[in-house]
Amino acid sequence: MPELKEGCVKPARGPIVPAAESAVPAAGVTSSQEVRKMTARVGKEAIDFEANAFIAGVGFQPVKLSDYKGKWIVLCFYPGDFTFV
Amino acid sequence: MAAVAALYDEFKKLGVEVLAMSTDSRFVHKIWQEQELSKMVSGGVPFPMLSDAGGKIGAIYGVYDEEAGVDIRGRFIIDPDFVIRAMEVLTPEVGRNPEELLRQIKAFQHVRATGEVTPSGWQPGQVTLKPGPALAGRVWEVWKP
Repeated sequence: MPELKEGCVKPARGPIVPAAESAVPAAGVTSSQEVRKMTARVGKEAIDFEANAFIAGVGFQPVKLSDYKGKWIVLCFYPGDFTFV
Repeated sequence: MAAVAALYDEFKKLGVEVLAMSTDSRFVHKIWQEQELSKMVSGGVPFPMLSDAGGKIGAIYGVYDEEAGVDIRGRFIIDPDFVIRAMEVLTPEVGRNPEELLRQIKAFQHVRATGEVTPSGWQPGQVTLKPGPALAGRVWEVWKP
């Protein structure tokens, strides 16, 4: 895959909220209900996102979680590159 | 990261895609790979390293520490239906155990394929349980810790 043209700043979409949930909340819907919908929980559907990524042998490329739908996925967060553990 | 990379063949055998994410930029990921990870594990980290700019994704997944401005250690198993099956979150000082991650994936794959359930500490080949009225109160007959 050819490497995309690279700039210093490349916005990625971050969390992708389902259209129905990103609409202006209906009257009576509290903000805590909005937050609850957008929190990852076991047994519930994963929340999609898009992020810029570095992939060995490929280069820089945006990655969407839902690109991997249909496969088993392990998503690992860690505090930072060059940390000690 | 490197510990998961070292077991990557096992993850591949199970059909698992690994994604790593921190608040570092893609540029820093590249240099970490070149300067350090590739010296810990032959060939470096073979899976995508994602950049969580501003911790927005970590916040949704409950792992973003606003005071430190970083994502703490959290890992999630997501099944082919895009449902989160497991999460493990640790404060940064203690690293994770990729063997336990592999064990959980094997157990979830077994459950998905068979409809059986797996008792505590289950490893492939060990006894599983078939939930239903007949088993209620009789688990002791087939399984003990």
